[in-house]
Amino acid sequence: MSDLRDLYQEVIVDHSKRPRNFGKPASVHQHADGHNPLCGDTVTVYLTVEGGKVAEVSFEGRGCAISMASASLMTEAVKDKTVAEARAIFEHFHRLLTGKDEFPDDALDKLAVFEGVRDYPVRVKCATLPWHTLVAALESRAEAVSTE
Amino acid sequence: MNAVVVATKAKRPFDVARIRADFPILARTVYDKPLVFLDSAASAQKPRAVIDVLSRTYENEYANIHRGVYYLSQKTTDAFEAARETARRLLNAREAKEIVFVRGGTEAINLVAQSWGFANLKAGDEVVLTELEHHSNIVPWQLLRDRTGIVIRAIPVDETGTLDMDAYAKLLNPRTKLVAVTHCSNVTGTVPPIKEIARMAHAQGALVLVDGCQSAPRLAIDVQDLDCDFYVVTGHKLYGPSGTGFLYGKAELLDAMPPYQGGGGMIRRVSFERTEYAEVPHRFEAGTPNIAGTIGLAAAMDYVMDLGLDAIERHEAKVLDYAHKRLSEINSVRIVGTAKDKASILSFNIGEVHPHDVGTILDREGVAVRVGHHCAQPLMDKLGLVATVRASFGVYNTMEDVDALCAAVQKVQRFFG
Repeated sequence: MSDLRDLYQEVIVDHSKRPRNFGKPASVHQHADGHNPLCGDTVTVYLTVEGGKVAEVSFEGRGCAISMASASLMTEAVKDKTVAEARAIFEHFHRLLTGKDEFPDDALDKLAVFEGVRDYPVRVKCATLPWHTLVAALESRAEAVSTE
Repeated sequence: MNAVVVATKAKRPFDVARIRADFPILARTVYDKPLVFLDSAASAQKPRAVIDVLSRTYENEYANIHRGVYYLSQKTTDAFEAARETARRLLNAREAKEIVFVRGGTEAINLVAQSWGFANLKAGDEVVLTELEHHSNIVPWQLLRDRTGIVIRAIPVDETGTLDMDAYAKLLNPRTKLVAVTHCSNVTGTVPPIKEIARMAHAQGALVLVDGCQSAPRLAIDVQDLDCDFYVVTGHKLYGPSGTGFLYGKAELLDAMPPYQGGGGMIRRVSFERTEYAEVPHRFEAGTPNIAGTIGLAAAMDYVMDLGLDAIERHEAKVLDYAHKRLSEINSVRIVGTAKDKASILSFNIGEVHPHDVGTILDREGVAVRVGHHCAQPLMDKLGLVATVRASFGVYNTMEDVDALCAAVQKVQRFFG
């Protein structure tokens, strides 16, 4: 049982069953769709960036416990962070999951529960799909305003 | 005409313990747990007989086939051509020349689509598929549609995974030129009534292609009795090496078909002005084939014929029935595909738990199942599913394997309950 608990930590199971910040907001500022054609997981990330900060973030989607919990915990992690901080968290997250960092960076906070995913290479994409979608959502607007 | 179907007559009693001993990989463990292999529908494990033939061929009797004037080439050619006769026996085809060796089921269907289809179909002609089909019996026809303007139609399935034969009757019309249908769904295990489908298609003047990739390892097949025009078999699901397989086609059809690929081995005479093609089946076997693999496939076919396809069918039906019963007793399990005629493939879901999570947890228990859309997305869409967990059974699976599956499923339930 302990092996599997490394992957499916209580926090992950909890967030997969009761995802936080789930749903489409009344007004959408920026959004992007993510899709993993290998397993059919889909996620849409909705964003409102104000003054360089992630003011609102939510998601919708269908997928495995890892992808849904990752999306849920991601929304909690990036809310009220600057765009640069959000990207930095993803960088740390990615390094942890791909084994480039042995230990979770402090910036990851609760996201450290995904450490066990790196022992399941086929599941890494499940955990990173929401983050790639977040980056796409950030860039959907950033490109338009990149001349500032 | 071969009146007797030799393929179904067992030469040895069906003793699962002895059969399991024939498959070396079944002795290994996964995460310190005995391997419970329930993914034969994706690719079956190989018996010692097949592994030994591969080594023996490479160690002792290997050279390129056809045209070689020396001893080894002749011996290898003999073994390769003997495999054709073995394949003929498996399907009870009339003649060995009706067997064309290919790399697998996908290549066999592409061969028919590009050779027969491109030569015979024109814009507006209709190809009838079913909603059960694997992508490999959909995409080749779409590629042909892009080249010719044919129309693709699909026989619908109901929620049990059974084909709607009334809808099929209505789909048939004078424009229907081909009906391409699976003999066993790789998702629901549904076994459609091929003989009836063929009879109805022929009454409209349409040909019938049967995708036998899942049925060849599971059912006794007689292509003369089914009266299908093409029958597709892949080797690796039939306990043979990957990269092998064959297409059966009625001789008069193959004789009239243009080559599929051009190259060595498929010609009689080549000059820069024109090329005269070889006779069937060599016309369709350009390039050096998977020689040892095909000889290994013959060993696999001998293996299943020695066990007897009827006996295999009976054994797997028992395991399937038991799995149906045991899984149905677990309250969160919903079985996907409950057609009356089914072979040993069982899809299911566990409550709201995503199949990928199920697959990971089962894996840690040593239970290997497939999860996902199983390359049958139109069927998934029809059934309103993104994915399923699929257990599939082979000659070596036992009631104990089913018990291990159910114990692991209960663990999933506890984990996510």
